[in-house]
Amino acid sequence: MKPTLDHYLVVSAILFALGLFTVITRKNAVGILLGVELILNAAALDFVAFDHFVAESRGPAGQVFVLFIIAFAASEAAVALAIVLQVYRSHRSIAVDDLTQLRN
Amino acid sequence: MARVDFAGVAFAVLALLTLGSAAIVAFARNVMHSAVALLGTLCGVAGLYVLLSADFLAAAQVLVYVGGTLILFLFAAMLTARIEHAETSNEPLATGRKAAAFVTILLAFALVTIALDTIWPLEEKTVALPSTAKLGHALLGAYVLPFELASLVLLMAMVGALVIARRAVKAGPTE
Repeated sequence: MKPTLDHYLVVSAILFALGLFTVITRKNAVGILLGVELILNAAALDFVAFDHFVAESRGPAGQVFVLFIIAFAASEAAVALAIVLQVYRSHRSIAVDDLTQLRN
Repeated sequence: MARVDFAGVAFAVLALLTLGSAAIVAFARNVMHSAVALLGTLCGVAGLYVLLSADFLAAAQVLVYVGGTLILFLFAAMLTARIEHAETSNEPLATGRKAAAFVTILLAFALVTIALDTIWPLEEKTVALPSTAKLGHALLGAYVLPFELASLVLLMAMVGALVIARRAVKAGPTE
């Protein structure tokens, strides 16, 4: 049986749901960012699947988008983790429900 | 016939790897386990890219995501989880987990229904060619402005992350 577009869309939907569940339920800020990465990967997988099955003769637009997703995920992770380190320095904790202050 | 079977088996294995590791990311109680399990998800997605004839993206995924982003996550997890609390460093919220599961399952169900019910304008598949040349022409042709902007964004994010993290290292822990 050859995998079709539907198979990839179902895998991506489940991946997205797992990522969303991670983002909603985790307390650890790093854990939440891991969930964001799952969501980004689900979206990227959709882009590549549509590029392959639906729009192959219309240029590699889907693959270009995924390259940008990978680049922006890298910059997002760098900035977010730098912020997490700062938060850990000032609060000795990165559990998001401990972080209730907007300023000292 | 044998090649068709190979595609199905490869897809099943890669989908299982992706979703199994994603489940560990979502449910592990130790943040290190979550971070390492993300490796399986990223490699599985890279494999799926290969099946979708996106060879350059698979390489970029492994180089940038696994080699860069994931290492950053591992560093952050190790720098922020105190070792005596590692076993419970990624505890889920005490309340609202059932509501979260309900919303998530509902959303996944809706997504799957939409994906299966929509009639997509599928195209007859051509032979899977290497995608790198096509991608390079697109990036330096139609998408040259977003491409240059992306490099600017990357530079700014790098400098910004350095500035933010440097203060943390310079000042040292406050205690």
